[in-house]
Amino acid sequence: MTVTPHPTTWRPAATPAVSMKKIIILGATSGMALEVQRQLAHQGRELLLVARSPQRLAELQTDLAVRGAQQVLTYSADLASIQQHTAIFEFARHNFPDFDTVLLAYGSMHDQKESEGSVDVLLEELRVNFVSAAAILTLFAADLERRRTGCLAAITSVAGDRGRRSNFVYGSAKGALSLFLQGLRSRLHPAGVRVITIKPGPVQTPMTDHLRNSERFADPEQVAHDIVGALDRRSPDVLYTPKVWRYIMTAVQQIPETIFKRLSF
Amino acid sequence: MSGQSAATLRKQPATSPSVKRVLSWGRYPKTAHHHVHKPAWNDQVPEILRAAAPGSLLPYGLGRSYGDSCLNAGRELIDCRRLNRILGFDESNGTVRCEGGVSLSDIIDVFLPNGWFLPVTPGTRFVTVGGAIANDVHGKNHHCAGTFGAHVRQIGLHRSNDGLVICNCGENPDMLHATIGGLGLTGMIAWADIQLKRVAGPWIDAELVPFHSLNSFLDLSRESNDRFEYTVAWLDCFAGKNPRGIFFRGNHAADHGKEFHPKRGPKLPFALPAWLLNRYSVKAFNTAYYRIHAAKKGTAVVPYDSFFYPLDSIQQWNLLYGRQGFLQYQCVIPETNLEAFEELLDRIARSGMGSFLGVLKQFGSAPPAGMLSFPRPGLTIALDFAMRGERTLKLMQSLDEIVQQSGGALYPAKDARMSPALFEASFPHWRGFVPYIDPKMSSSFWRRVTGAQEQ
Repeated sequence: MTVTPHPTTWRPAATPAVSMKKIIILGATSGMALEVQRQLAHQGRELLLVARSPQRLAELQTDLAVRGAQQVLTYSADLASIQQHTAIFEFARHNFPDFDTVLLAYGSMHDQKESEGSVDVLLEELRVNFVSAAAILTLFAADLERRRTGCLAAITSVAGDRGRRSNFVYGSAKGALSLFLQGLRSRLHPAGVRVITIKPGPVQTPMTDHLRNSERFADPEQVAHDIVGALDRRSPDVLYTPKVWRYIMTAVQQIPETIFKRLSF
Repeated sequence: MSGQSAATLRKQPATSPSVKRVLSWGRYPKTAHHHVHKPAWNDQVPEILRAAAPGSLLPYGLGRSYGDSCLNAGRELIDCRRLNRILGFDESNGTVRCEGGVSLSDIIDVFLPNGWFLPVTPGTRFVTVGGAIANDVHGKNHHCAGTFGAHVRQIGLHRSNDGLVICNCGENPDMLHATIGGLGLTGMIAWADIQLKRVAGPWIDAELVPFHSLNSFLDLSRESNDRFEYTVAWLDCFAGKNPRGIFFRGNHAADHGKEFHPKRGPKLPFALPAWLLNRYSVKAFNTAYYRIHAAKKGTAVVPYDSFFYPLDSIQQWNLLYGRQGFLQYQCVIPETNLEAFEELLDRIARSGMGSFLGVLKQFGSAPPAGMLSFPRPGLTIALDFAMRGERTLKLMQSLDEIVQQSGGALYPAKDARMSPALFEASFPHWRGFVPYIDPKMSSSFWRRVTGAQEQ
């Protein structure tokens, strides 16, 4: 089936694109990215999707084009493999020139117990969530810095705000990424490049389905709405979503370590 | 399960880590499921089907079926809501290919701005394409457009034993025929091609006509069905044999350039106390509803959503009926048997248990699109009953007798309690459907009405 542009009879007013027009999504098939992309498509933006599975990318490409995205490009690559990063970056530079926003949306969450029992699993978790993320962000940061424009955003997690017994391997990787973004923000500030740290609470995505009470987690549509809003505005530098997590984590960070080490959550 | 009172059912352990509480729209029966699969991609489905035990799975969409046809108590569900991508659209003929979990609401949001609308729509937009096919849903245009299934051009069906099966009128036509109205039992719908229809815009030329008897309803309906694409009536079920009601009819309006702003209504945050809905409050509501609409009689141009989906404006309206939930009763009775219909209305009125959602419609004579399709020529009525234990079930049993004797049928999508005998009477050819059931699929409804315990 083909996708052809439609003659418009009427159309609800879309939010006008202010600064963000061409967005690269790293990890386009992740649960969080799916919702973000859909909202961006509805606003008529241009997208470059990067993910592993060519089949899934093809499905997304049609879906987002029908939903209103002005252009959808895809590039199939394994983001966890740092050797492939240069190819991704070169593809973007040549086929998606003048991109202005990069959203890093991939990650993995192994069972904490698994990474306590196996150094391989532990290293893999750190590599995917932190090392590879820092590597690819650095590539794109240099380009945006040179062009003195744009926005880099990455999805980390509230789990990175404090090391908890039940989830500290994933948490430390995401916490390291948050710290990395903090420094990157300061580095890119003189060039006028924005860096946004996105810290979602637990969200209902395939990554969290196996966790207890996952049906009570936040609605991805709402979280995506917050993320798209943050990409579009000047502030904040650090986005907690849903908003309540800013207050929860402020409180959690106040608990003295002597007490915190006894908590099992 | 339907024999137990709702009170004892409520005391079942709600959630332990491995037990998932999933409810249908009526919030009755209260069922627990062993596991809920949530595939995000169609390429994950074959593995789920392969790994499952025989008769253990059922696809689940937005849970708008009222009874237990979307439930699989003690077994597993495949939640299809993440399979919600549009896989193609052919502008030249208006055919859209979408995954089974795409909602009708989504289709409207994406395609109505470009002048395309659903060929058939039920009274809520919050159903999935898969659910609309599996229940072969109907709408206010049944008299001229038939059911949803009549506009399905092709289906890609995941089957546990033979992979992705393409069904259209040339290839596997029987499997297509079985899957439409097949209650999700023939396999899991990976995608379907739906024929949309051209409309000028989001507006409806609507007309309201009050009526005061069943005969005047029928006259109105017959007279309107040639001139209006959409017809339906609201009925005050407290009025007995000579019910008053409001007849709604309409056509898509020509585009008149007026700006359209979709709006989102309020949401019921929790189940209301059951005593709030009693015969006096509902009677008062019905009188008010009738008077307000009778005062508005005549024609008006209205937005499509208030015409097709008045109830969608209150999110989670099903919580209105309290924690015990409610049952819906939708039957069809042949027009030749009007006395039976009057008798039915009389029993409901005398019971004093009816509710404010009496919906009446004259079905057209289109041949059924599926093996187990519900719509057939006759008068159909849909009514809500708050679940009040035994006496609610007794009333519905007494209505069953009338339906069965009159040669009518009951709608599986709305049912949580019909007897195997009434199912047999409603769908005398159901045994011909059995060979098409996927060996890995089953449902609470199917086990209940066919007595297939091990299946």
